[in-house]
Amino acid sequence: MQLEPNLAATNVPDEIRNADTPCDKAMHATEPLPSSEGVMLSVRGLKKVYQTDGGDNEAVRNLTFDVRAGELVCLVGPSGSGKTTLLKCISGLMAPTAGAVLLDGKPVSGPPKKMAVVFQEYGRSLFPWMRVRENVELPLKNQRVPKAERTRLVNEALEAVGLSHVPRSFPWQLSGGMQQRVAIARAIAYQPEVLLMDEPFAAVDAQTRADLEDLIRVVWKKLGVTVLFVTHDIDESVYLGERVIILSSSPTVVQEDIVIDLPADRDQLNTRSTPRFAELRHHVYKQIQLAKKGHRPASASAGKDARSD
Amino acid sequence: MTALKSVLFALTLPALLVAFWYIATSGAKNFFIPTPALLAEKFVSVWFSDRFFSDVLPSLGRLVIGLVSASVLGIAAGLLIGSFRWLRSLTEPVLEFFRAIPPPVLVPILMLLIGVSDLMKVAVIVSACVWPVLLNTVEGVRAVDSVLSESARTYGLSGAARVRYLVLPSASPQIMTGIRQSLSVGLILMVISEMFASSSGLGFTIVQFQRSFAIPEMWSGIVVLGLIGVIMSFIFQWTERKILRWYHGLREVENAA
Repeated sequence: MQLEPNLAATNVPDEIRNADTPCDKAMHATEPLPSSEGVMLSVRGLKKVYQTDGGDNEAVRNLTFDVRAGELVCLVGPSGSGKTTLLKCISGLMAPTAGAVLLDGKPVSGPPKKMAVVFQEYGRSLFPWMRVRENVELPLKNQRVPKAERTRLVNEALEAVGLSHVPRSFPWQLSGGMQQRVAIARAIAYQPEVLLMDEPFAAVDAQTRADLEDLIRVVWKKLGVTVLFVTHDIDESVYLGERVIILSSSPTVVQEDIVIDLPADRDQLNTRSTPRFAELRHHVYKQIQLAKKGHRPASASAGKDARSD
Repeated sequence: MTALKSVLFALTLPALLVAFWYIATSGAKNFFIPTPALLAEKFVSVWFSDRFFSDVLPSLGRLVIGLVSASVLGIAAGLLIGSFRWLRSLTEPVLEFFRAIPPPVLVPILMLLIGVSDLMKVAVIVSACVWPVLLNTVEGVRAVDSVLSESARTYGLSGAARVRYLVLPSASPQIMTGIRQSLSVGLILMVISEMFASSSGLGFTIVQFQRSFAIPEMWSGIVVLGLIGVIMSFIFQWTERKILRWYHGLREVENAA
């Protein structure tokens, strides 16, 4: 991993980063932002109710949070907490029942050009009739990016995910982890400002997952892209994120929003064995347990969290 | 080695059948069943002649034009009907009705409407061959994977690009299944369309031989039909392997897992 501590550190005020407070009181990312300046992605009072024959099913009740430009934020919540629903609303694949998603200040009403999504089901998100290279190239071709530019972007993206050696393979000829790398390469080549990831590593084995987590950190640092990473894995959220937003159980609200004050340069072996990692993990775990039991943050009853305007 | 083996396997049963036929016809003298030698002789003398150009080629031409038109029509209509739920609801009962009509009964009607012409014969072939392609395409379009579809949407693939890069390739296995079914249907309708009102073509010639009690010649015509079927099937399989290489590879990987 490259040493670029300043890049990540700029996202978090120093007093929070350096504070040596006990974790239960620590690091709430709740101080109001000076303005909407620097906010890349803004979720405002998002609500999603599915209409079914058996009556209405409220998947997401009221979600409000911001992601600043260049931040890597993990969304973690108990299973069935509407994570995927939320992501579909953010990516414009689904219209929310109420509330809004703002990308760079503009409301999202369909899949935005500045956004790329990496899905959990790598086997079903790549085109099996196209080779690796064609898969990565297709979105650019569709955007009518000139050929030379396209070739450069695809090469760089494949290089970045360590797949320069298999451009002529079909996705299904590759292992699961490699297929997910192709999906990540496709997202990178698209040059999004926001990268959404929906439990991208849930279906790969543990060792591959560790590699891919590091890959995401590297890519994020290198490209300065804003990443919203949805996961149900607590360790993963703490290891990856600069911030972790914990969701309550369904109907979903924000349970807690915490800053992960681990060093910007992380590695699987050492970071995971630091006391601070254990503390943060413990804290997130506890919150998830509370969420599962149905505990809701005080602010939820008022229909807003500390961040809302 | 394996290629040689597969050729041997493919030829064994035909050889055995011919041998059986040879033995069965060697003693008895049935007017309606020629010996293999006589049939082979007639086959060469009848079909390796002007007839190949006056009867076989025109028939094949109409068959190919009919199959291609039916495929284009079936795929285009299938893409539309498969893509829009309301169009599906609107057309489904009507399609079921037309599909249920046996195409041979349309021959006299088309003769009246279009007249006795090549166009009429092609129309008969299309009227039968379009259904397997159409219905399979509809199913294929409907079965596009939801995650794949969402991936395409997030990357801004819409309209024609969506059809070209997502829907058509995704439905291609079903489309090919439909075309394969329409091949044999097309061959049947090619013959039938020529039996009613015609002055040339394979079907016409076979019926001519039948009526003039040229029995070995008639049989040789039937052999030609069978050979056309086999050759079409080989050409189709070869094309399908090329087009659906990804699909067969994917299936192999899935089955191995």
